[in-house]
Amino acid sequence: MHNHWKIKVILLFSVLFLAIALGLSRGAVHLSLAELILRENRHIFALRLCRILTAIMVGSGLSVTGIALQAILRNPLAEPYLLGTSSGAALAAVTAVLLGISAIYLPLAAFIGAIFTVILVYHLARQGGRIAAQSLILSGVIISVAFSAVIVFLISISGNEALHGTMWWLWGSVQVYDLKLLSAAGLIVALGTAVIFILAQDLNAISLGEEEAIHLGVNIETIKKILFFTTSLVTAGLVSVCGIIGFVGLIIPHIARMLFGPNHRLLIPCACILGAAFMVFCDMFSRTLFAPLEIPIGVITALAGAPIFIILLKGRQQVE
Amino acid sequence: MNVETVLEISHLFGGYGKDTVIKDAGLKIQKGEFLGIIGPNGSGKSTLLRLMSRVLPPQQGTIKFQGRDIQRIVLKEFCRHVAFVPQDTLINFPFSVEEVVLMGRIPHLGRLQYETKQDMEIAERCLSLTDTLSIKGKGIDGISAGERQRAIIAKALAQEPILLFLDEPTSHLDIGHEAQIMDLLKRLNRDKSLTIVMVLHDLNLASEYCSRIILLDRGGVFQDGTAEEILTYQNIESVYKTTVIVNKNPLTGKPFVVLVSQEK
Repeated sequence: MHNHWKIKVILLFSVLFLAIALGLSRGAVHLSLAELILRENRHIFALRLCRILTAIMVGSGLSVTGIALQAILRNPLAEPYLLGTSSGAALAAVTAVLLGISAIYLPLAAFIGAIFTVILVYHLARQGGRIAAQSLILSGVIISVAFSAVIVFLISISGNEALHGTMWWLWGSVQVYDLKLLSAAGLIVALGTAVIFILAQDLNAISLGEEEAIHLGVNIETIKKILFFTTSLVTAGLVSVCGIIGFVGLIIPHIARMLFGPNHRLLIPCACILGAAFMVFCDMFSRTLFAPLEIPIGVITALAGAPIFIILLKGRQQVE
Repeated sequence: MNVETVLEISHLFGGYGKDTVIKDAGLKIQKGEFLGIIGPNGSGKSTLLRLMSRVLPPQQGTIKFQGRDIQRIVLKEFCRHVAFVPQDTLINFPFSVEEVVLMGRIPHLGRLQYETKQDMEIAERCLSLTDTLSIKGKGIDGISAGERQRAIIAKALAQEPILLFLDEPTSHLDIGHEAQIMDLLKRLNRDKSLTIVMVLHDLNLASEYCSRIILLDRGGVFQDGTAEEILTYQNIESVYKTTVIVNKNPLTGKPFVVLVSQEK
């Protein structure tokens, strides 16, 4: 079933290039690739390129993080926001707005909020030096619920007009035109992805069970801690720049597994490219479907991701 | 014959958190033995196995593997010599049988190092030893429990261990598959002088296959010896608190334990 992987990988790259080409040429104004290079269109080209780079970063970062979390938590429903990062970031951003802190510092506030939340979740879940997957999920969910309640409470009592500026957070956005911010987040995502890829073989072993992984020489508690903090850093970086873009980190790992098999050494790089291509497509649709209006990208990821997933799942069941 | 001690346990205490399950256990395992560990529920069979295979650190006492304290051996190196087969394996993702068996090579590979031709040959040999070569392309979640357990044993053998631990490896299998797996282990034990340490629930299975049996009771070694020495109605009555009759298997001459119902 997982033969022909080289052909699949070549196809995957072609899809990514197609996505980038379409993403660059389509928009409120359609331009051919030749027109884009013209001097008068340079500004449009730069803006679209920026969005595409952001989409690639978000798509690959969330997909790889999702894969790592699904493996270490041994839970197919695990996704990057499960452990509380997103609600922590959102709470910090809302608080920052209410305190009248300048919008430039919002990403920083969100990042600090996310990291603080992750540390809190980790300490809640820890039992004598060990972290059990179940308690990690539970404390993540509980913190998320509590923080979301605080966010709604703050919004409802404040009446602060500026808070509308933080609403985009809930459905995400890849409109990041600040190159410094983009490179900082990009660096975190790249390093995180590298760490997760280096641990690919350990993730394979953990798929057999935690004790089984020990019998294969994997220091499971150390690996879990490294991956917990790596995935949290990546998610925190992405959330603070792009808000909460749901579904990608849950669904791309599953789709990639159906296409390329569960071996993490192939799965991680492939999911990286697949997630990137998926996000670039979603961004293009969010700009063009109701142009000049823009649909929040989180809506597109959910609406496009669900049918693709169902089609693949049904197709797989028929094969079996 | 030169007797070589593979594993030596002395004054071992161990358990979960503050709970102590194994209390002052001592044991020597020689190369080439087929050792069965039996005992009632809660007597510490699986805990002892977990301590010996480094899933649990000892609370007190030492376990030596070939003369070295196992806690001082790098885990990965330890796993090049010692493998483990659990009761049942719940695998999260649809890996193929071959992929699972190749994972047995993980302790022998460096980080980011891919399997060499030699690793592939070892995996192939283990697949054929366990009679799983024909299903190597199938998903591990799409085969029967007996086939899956054979694949897991193949994975353990791919680690090229000199010592193999098994925790009730046949408890989910029917009698046909059970005999198949036990015969396979006996063959590996005899032909490759693989040392086998197995926790067993079934006393008659222990009697048939094990060259030596350890009877555990309340976290300590109650008695240690051959099937004939251990499986007496007196021993079983005092440890399991039940009445049994011990016969002889007419073909092999090994003790055969029959349960006696207390109700008419």
